[in-house]
Amino acid sequence: MMRIATSLRLLPSLLTLAWRNLWRNHRRTLVMLSAIALGVWAMIFMTAMMRGMIDQMVQNGLATLPGHAQIHHPDFVRDPSVVNRFAEPGGELLAALEQPPVTAWAARLRVPAVVASEYASRGVTLLGVDPAAEAALGSLPGELVAGRALQGPADAGVVLGESLAQRLETAVGRRVVLMSQDPDNDVADRGARVVGIYRGRLEGDEERFAYTGRDSLQALLGVEGEVTEAAMNGPDYRRVVAWLPDIRRAAGASLSVQPWQTLNPFLASMLGLQDGYALVFMLVVFLVLSFGLVNTLVMAVFERTRELGLIQALGMRPGLILLLILMESLWLLLLGLALGNALALATLWPLRDGLDLSAVAAGLEMMAMGTTLYPLLELSDMAMASAVVVGLGLLASLLPAWRASRLAPVVALARD
Amino acid sequence: MNLTWRLAWRNLWRHRRRTWLTVSAMVVCNVLLIFLIGLQLGSYDVMIEGSLGPVTGHLQVQREGFQEDQRIRDSVPAATALARTLRRALPEAEVGVRGTAFALASSEARSFGIQLQGVEAAREPGVSTLPGMLAEGRYLRGEGEEIVVGRLLARNLQARPGDEVVLLGSGRDGSMAAAVARLVGVVDSGVAELDRALAQVDLAWFQSVFAMGDHAHALVLRLPHLEAVPAAKARVQTLLPPDSELVVLDWDQLQPGLRQAIRTDMVSAWFLYGVLVLLVAFSVLNTQLMSVLERTREFGVMLALGLGPGRLARLVAMETALLGGLGLVLGILFGTVLTLALARWGFTYPGMEEVAQQFNLPARLYPRPGAAALLVGPGVVFVGALLAALYPALRLYRLQPVAAMRAV
Repeated sequence: MMRIATSLRLLPSLLTLAWRNLWRNHRRTLVMLSAIALGVWAMIFMTAMMRGMIDQMVQNGLATLPGHAQIHHPDFVRDPSVVNRFAEPGGELLAALEQPPVTAWAARLRVPAVVASEYASRGVTLLGVDPAAEAALGSLPGELVAGRALQGPADAGVVLGESLAQRLETAVGRRVVLMSQDPDNDVADRGARVVGIYRGRLEGDEERFAYTGRDSLQALLGVEGEVTEAAMNGPDYRRVVAWLPDIRRAAGASLSVQPWQTLNPFLASMLGLQDGYALVFMLVVFLVLSFGLVNTLVMAVFERTRELGLIQALGMRPGLILLLILMESLWLLLLGLALGNALALATLWPLRDGLDLSAVAAGLEMMAMGTTLYPLLELSDMAMASAVVVGLGLLASLLPAWRASRLAPVVALARD
Repeated sequence: MNLTWRLAWRNLWRHRRRTWLTVSAMVVCNVLLIFLIGLQLGSYDVMIEGSLGPVTGHLQVQREGFQEDQRIRDSVPAATALARTLRRALPEAEVGVRGTAFALASSEARSFGIQLQGVEAAREPGVSTLPGMLAEGRYLRGEGEEIVVGRLLARNLQARPGDEVVLLGSGRDGSMAAAVARLVGVVDSGVAELDRALAQVDLAWFQSVFAMGDHAHALVLRLPHLEAVPAAKARVQTLLPPDSELVVLDWDQLQPGLRQAIRTDMVSAWFLYGVLVLLVAFSVLNTQLMSVLERTREFGVMLALGLGPGRLARLVAMETALLGGLGLVLGILFGTVLTLALARWGFTYPGMEEVAQQFNLPARLYPRPGAAALLVGPGVVFVGALLAALYPALRLYRLQPVAAMRAV
């Protein structure tokens, strides 16, 4: 107990001593400092880039899914047909959807359909939507390249994707035939005017989704007041579990409420893999860095063998010498961390408006990403990098520090 | 010369621990680089083959414009005869003929729009991995009136092998195309897009239902390996009938995303490699700087004895080369052992399975042992180490003999 108390009392002077020792060989310290700063910068910069990439994949995925959670008829996911529909949310469920934490929600009719022009036909997923609600949800395709958007749930026009329109050889103002199955398994069809052409977030979406007004699609299929899907957003896609049980309770046992992680397990596993990958990346960088760190300390101890022997002979306890060397290492690591973090902030700041990657657009499309990469700097990643560097750095310094404290004073003093 | 090398070698071992630490840094970095580059190249191979396997193949002959717009009338005339010509000219290639049309597929209970392919049942297993991914039933036998569909499509149609599927579409001449086929097999490719919308029938039957005559939409070629693609492409080009509006597309044109996805992935990989090499270079810089500084007196004496600073600098360079060489040799040695072991047993990490599936990869990766993977990383580390020693070596030119000999 006494010893620990003494150590604590001596701590300020040890810190000062360590700091001064560090600058006795300023070149070596500067080289090591640069190495640590570079390593820390790489850890944070790379993680921010990867986070940005994954976040965008997830955001895109959620906009297409859409929503952080969805309500279906229990059989719909297995059999996506209008047969498995339910009444538009009302009563308790409506009340739950209209209040926080739900930030936006939309009920839609999602059915497999065929769009036929004079020249060709294509199979699509036809979405009968309420445009205002979908806009709040962020699930409508971003950009309209021709014509107009849907004007309300009663809009009988259809909005097609750019590449689908190209393959159907149709254009704004022309007519197409929409065909789908009604609940009695009969084919229901009607003509519809193409009112708008959109450019999807991903080209694949353009060929897959066509949009029309919800009421008009309900009328075509004879399912007035009923939908197949209700999607909702909460404040944070990572924390859906917090509010989902309330919606589940409000929806009752006859409806199935599922978070996006269940609806798109690929996205969820991507997000999980990312956390593991960031840590592996940091450890790999640190591993290579640690040799330099240990080497620096070994040299610092070696060239001061006589001095260390002398202060031991004068009565400094081995434990304090160990502490002294660890303090030197700590100063080095903290300085490197500060520099590395500053450097990371300085390099990420100019990229905050996104990094243009349109040169590899098709490749990014394969990974379900847009052409602009927005780095995402998270405090937890900076903290993780710092913890890895300081924690493991001190651990790696233990060996040279321990050796320094085990020097026999007489032998050390006898060294040239 | 020999003497200087020996001097350099001995100087290296004046600080055994420091030398070993620096060498270890290089070895660890080299092994990491060999492992990562090998894994990366290995996974690219698998990714390319996995993406091209089910549908695309290595090369396709199509009518110009078909790739973009997929119109049924942009077809290849006398397709089977052309395929025979290609098979004769390129005996190492597998050649299959395919027709493609949109159709509405209806079972008793449900209807879905699908992409219907007419394929040569006997040839298709040679050009595509799809026939090998049967989950239920059997593949086509070339008898007509049979259909194979993707797993999700079968589920959505609520159809099982033995059930009838009604196909409705329009023929090449604009006429109505309607037929009934018996579901004989269900394929599970693991790619949701294919499993949801793909169905295959026999080519001859397809041609008669869709009024195609002897036309088809694509001749799909599969070669023994990717490297053979450019030569084969040039060869096929010469075999096409003149003025036929036919084009040969290679896998990069058929799936432009693939190469770019690889390139994007490479950028982040090279970033990591660059950082690792720089960190090792710092380590070497520190070691060599120390070893020069602590010998200031000794170098002063050597200068006073008439040795030029150039020779001293060369000595330091030699020491660095020996240090780097040691790291290089040991790194390649351990790296090779690791790569060979992993090439045999494979490598996987938790959570990889779902992601791998999306990109059509197996859940276990095998690094590709090869000269590129083994030598590039360690080579760059070696050069980096030499460059790092430039600064300490150049300092020697500024050394004044008298002042140096006084240094502590």
